[in-house]
Amino acid sequence: MSNSVLVVGGGIAGIQASLDLANRGTKVYMVEKTPSIGGRMAQLDKTFPTLDCSICILAPKMIECFRHPNISLLTYSEVKEIKGEAGNFTVKILRKPRYVIAEKCTGCGTCMEKCPIKVPNEFDMGMGDRKAVYMPFKQAVPLVAAIDSRNCLYFTKGICKVCQKVCPSSAIDYEQEPEETVLNVSSIIIATGFDSFNPRTMTEYGYGKFKNVILSMELERIISASGPTAGHLIRPSDGKEPKTVAFIQCVGSRSQHGEFPFCSSVCCVYATKESILIKEHAPETKVYVMYIDLRAVGKGFQEFVDKAQKTYDVQYIKAHPGGIAEDPVTKSLQIYYEDILTGNMKKLETDMVVLCPALVPKEDNKKLAEMIGLELDEFGFFKSKNALTLPVDTNVPGIYICGYCQSPKDIPESVAQASGAAARAAETIACVAKEATS
Amino acid sequence: MSESKQPRIGVFVCHCGVNIGGVVNVPEVVEYAMTLPNVAYAEENLYTCSSEGLSKLGEAIRKHELNRVVVASCTPRTHEPLFRGACEEVGLNKYLFHMANIREHCSWVHPKEPGRATEKAKEIVKMAVAKAALLEPQTEPEIEVQPSALVIGGGVSGMTTALSLANQNFDVHLIEIQDTLGGRLKDLYKLYPNDTLSSEVLEEYVQAVRSNPKIVVYTSSKVKHADGFIGNFKVTVNQEGKEETLDVGTIIVATGAEVLEPKGMYCYGERDNIITQLELERLMREKKLENPTNVVMIQCVGAREGKEGGRNYCSRICCAVAVKNALEIKEMFPNAEVSVLYRDMQTYGKDFEEQYSRAREKSVQFIRYDAKNPPQVTASPDAKCIVRVHDILINETLELEPDLVVLSTPLVQTEEAKELSKILKVPLGADGFFFEAHVKLRPVDFATDGIYVCGTAHSPKTIPESIAQAYAAASRASIPMAVKKVRTEAITSFVDENKCSGCGTCVKLCPYSAIQKDEHGIARVNDVLCKGCGVCAASCPEKAIGMRHFSDAQVLAEATASLGGRRK
Repeated sequence: MSNSVLVVGGGIAGIQASLDLANRGTKVYMVEKTPSIGGRMAQLDKTFPTLDCSICILAPKMIECFRHPNISLLTYSEVKEIKGEAGNFTVKILRKPRYVIAEKCTGCGTCMEKCPIKVPNEFDMGMGDRKAVYMPFKQAVPLVAAIDSRNCLYFTKGICKVCQKVCPSSAIDYEQEPEETVLNVSSIIIATGFDSFNPRTMTEYGYGKFKNVILSMELERIISASGPTAGHLIRPSDGKEPKTVAFIQCVGSRSQHGEFPFCSSVCCVYATKESILIKEHAPETKVYVMYIDLRAVGKGFQEFVDKAQKTYDVQYIKAHPGGIAEDPVTKSLQIYYEDILTGNMKKLETDMVVLCPALVPKEDNKKLAEMIGLELDEFGFFKSKNALTLPVDTNVPGIYICGYCQSPKDIPESVAQASGAAARAAETIACVAKEATS
Repeated sequence: MSESKQPRIGVFVCHCGVNIGGVVNVPEVVEYAMTLPNVAYAEENLYTCSSEGLSKLGEAIRKHELNRVVVASCTPRTHEPLFRGACEEVGLNKYLFHMANIREHCSWVHPKEPGRATEKAKEIVKMAVAKAALLEPQTEPEIEVQPSALVIGGGVSGMTTALSLANQNFDVHLIEIQDTLGGRLKDLYKLYPNDTLSSEVLEEYVQAVRSNPKIVVYTSSKVKHADGFIGNFKVTVNQEGKEETLDVGTIIVATGAEVLEPKGMYCYGERDNIITQLELERLMREKKLENPTNVVMIQCVGAREGKEGGRNYCSRICCAVAVKNALEIKEMFPNAEVSVLYRDMQTYGKDFEEQYSRAREKSVQFIRYDAKNPPQVTASPDAKCIVRVHDILINETLELEPDLVVLSTPLVQTEEAKELSKILKVPLGADGFFFEAHVKLRPVDFATDGIYVCGTAHSPKTIPESIAQAYAAASRASIPMAVKKVRTEAITSFVDENKCSGCGTCVKLCPYSAIQKDEHGIARVNDVLCKGCGVCAASCPEKAIGMRHFSDAQVLAEATASLGGRRK
């Protein structure tokens, strides 16, 4: 019998669930696949509807996880096997080698400065560069470098070793091996978040072909002060400030014939937020949001959209965009769309297009589900035991779900559900203890 | 580490990436800080809040024997606890830490004037250093927490919270204003997303609550009065004239919401066949819905008004309710025509969209109207009911002749909840719903410790969403109850009893009812209730009230520094 809880996923949902449990005295193991916790929220510039700086409100929670005596962070790690039952799960965790000794690394960044290999930076959606030895972002937790062995010269060609030479703490260790850790936990909370659909396959929008057609998350990094352009709103083709920006909603989602018939729930409002941020960066910019139904269903969201319209003059167009063409010389774009209000085909000239793609369940959910027989729904979201009355329970007693991996939702809902999953895990611990004594 | 000897102040100036460093010349501020009185050490950090920054802070405190710390960075709202924690870890009382905000107060507001911003940052640091020199260690009172909770509201949210807390071995008092448990579940017919009968869910829940030995249920009951603070609330409950005072550690507000009665809208109240969705649910539940042939549902009735002081929010659930009920009517009466007049279909998430598609397949008509040109309902007792609507998708005005008009009206705050907000001293937002501590990251906490909110009392939401939030409230409330004690704020006021004249001004002004006169007529501050707002200290005619951590000397030192030290 164990009294501890495993949380899978280090985004805001996993962080909230971990902190709630740890603060009530429960031992928590938090497993995160990437080198740092923080998840999607760490990538956002600001959050709706309060326009709080995202990393500024998240970072204290990330650090709290790092410093909490009841939380063990297992970053750059993956769940390999789950066995057992509520009250007594045995979980095998694979700790991938960072090739950097965590206890020695001070996060000074000297290795990153000197490393000769540049790799597209995933955190900045591939727009800026990182090095082969890297920390995913400046507020990363833990602030420990990792060597990406697929790109490192030493691992690919057996040469270089510059990072080892320059590291003032002798923290580089090329000999590190993957390690297996076995945990015994009472309960498991899954909070694996989402992936973004890649709209390359929707050729009508020209993503991947036209430089000035970008994804909403790319815009998020562009307008972020810590992003690849240090917060300057410029378009990729020529580095000039766009005079017009158009958002297209429901790219791949709410599709009648595609893979993702569901609504991602957050795009209408984050597009509104990004519109406001563009207007704050450059008030003269014309901003259009092309939508099917404007869904601002959360607390304060409709009011936020009203503000975007009235105070910031963001133009909302009920429209079905049929295609985008690029001017070969200026690289500006024309959006061809049906204006739903008039039924007319129209053309909008714009310097930049931002696509809001379907946010979809993680591919890896399948692997995790198969380990212990968890059910997924037809889209790949973890399935609630009862969609009406037991939203955070799964078909396996003692295993709970929260955040976007259960169904599309925004940050406050993810936070609430994460606390909810924590309560259920605490109930499991209490219940198993009671059974053991009776 | 001695805190009383000569101040040795450490100053840590943060670049905050480019947020500060991109405007303010941070090395120059560090150099300047070194010249200030009592500063023993100063350094710059890329991110003082990173784990690296925090360990450097700790190391510097040890190495340079610092006994006061100033971090010049961002806002104490988010980061003060972190820096205070880092000080505590190396044995420095956390009240010997002071924060200077050179981001929100400087770099962010003066991005185009780096030179002057750097000068301003120096001034801000100078003020902080002046105050830091006079800081004194403080202790936070530790209080015991009763491991029992009061849940207000016996609907699905309240019952869920009560059950979760009871399963975690806490004692729960569940109070319900009506004579039976269940709340809205008693009105509804079938529940989405899986069409379970509401009556079944109700029975299951009430049975679970009633049979749980840790839950005491009070029906026909109302909160009359509440006193106390986290861990030790005293709540007077009135049950049909009989009063009882409950001692509880935490309070959860789960009072639900009312459905707007659309008086004066779309001829509501003039004819029996113009009803709300809630009334339709009741008819279906009681099997009293008589063979309708043509049903028109109108969305956004009294919601998303988009005007100054209006009911501007989206009630979130009404579109999904309309789709569900349209499908239900089609199921019961396959020949009935059903039209839904809407502005935007709010069938968000993963289940509603599918139901919306199914409704269209079953030939429910969805007619989109523009808010500027809403449908018109004409009904006179002797004539037929006529709904005129301009369908913006086909750009045509349609005339419908329904025998049943169903108005989808928003959830609104209840009158009882407005009263409760005053009794518990927890706020309501502009939309009338209870207002949480932080919209993004503390969705079920109130700013007042020990009181939580969940379900539709917080904002319109579905049953699964209410249940998830109810569990969340249970989790949040369980934290102080499981730990059994909490520490409260040390920044409170105190009375110099030699100066107090017993005039009672502070007693009247204190917004937290934290001050009372003792048997000698001297004002006494309850440290746990006091939030350190300073109203009492500012208004005391005898200057008998002081503020911990904001003493006159400290505030004056800061002010004098800002004036260039000219005044003594």
